[in-house]
Amino acid sequence: MKKINWPLWLGFVITIFAFLSYPFIFANWATTRDFPWVNIPLFIVALVLLFIGVRRAFAPGRRLASKIIAPIVATISVLVIVMFVLTAFVVSRWLPPSTNAPQVNQHAPEFTLKDTGNKPVSLTALLTEPLNNKPPRGTLLIFYRGYW
Amino acid sequence: MRSIQKNLNGFNEAGIRPVAISVDSPEESRDLCQKAGYTFTFLSDPDLDAIRRYDLVHAGQGIKGHDIARPAEFLIDSKGTVRWRMLTENYWVRARPEQILEAAKLLQ
Repeated sequence: MKKINWPLWLGFVITIFAFLSYPFIFANWATTRDFPWVNIPLFIVALVLLFIGVRRAFAPGRRLASKIIAPIVATISVLVIVMFVLTAFVVSRWLPPSTNAPQVNQHAPEFTLKDTGNKPVSLTALLTEPLNNKPPRGTLLIFYRGYW
Repeated sequence: MRSIQKNLNGFNEAGIRPVAISVDSPEESRDLCQKAGYTFTFLSDPDLDAIRRYDLVHAGQGIKGHDIARPAEFLIDSKGTVRWRMLTENYWVRARPEQILEAAKLLQ
């Protein structure tokens, strides 16, 4: 008798969705980006379903294939979850100390870099060139990792 | 970046010019701006000239193992003085526009 082990497969699908939805969906809003508020509960639901699925696979009367597939699917899912949690809470904290980064009330180091039109732009120019026909009150420098 | 773009009017009204800096080439940044619809200034620092001067080098973190910038935000007043900064401890966590606009009230 071929009965689909739905908790197992649903758990697997939720795991993959929870993993991929962070970069593609939830990283777009500050609240769900700063802490994966949606992804973590989804992983918990997935783990419960996977657990039920594996138990089901070993219930009397299940085929041998079911007993082989279930632990494999569950293991892959758990590895995906572990990878997500490590990335979110461990790897993302591996940052240089930046002890010599300019402090508040210190002078911001000058630089000249090219803009997207290959035109050199200096910090001085950014601080003085009019914004909306008025002198700017300040410049916000946003350093980011880039898309490499 | 998305949240900066969404709040660009707020930054304009506050007289604050947002500027994004990374190791990406001008061409890569131009592609990004076109795809994502970013209209503020993007600067390219492939030699880590400014990134090194601000002590923000994150060694070997690029996809090809090259050096990149760690995320950081600095609000600089018209005299060139840092008035606010955020060096995140977790690169998933970034400055929010509300925080920056609140800090911008300090500027004259």
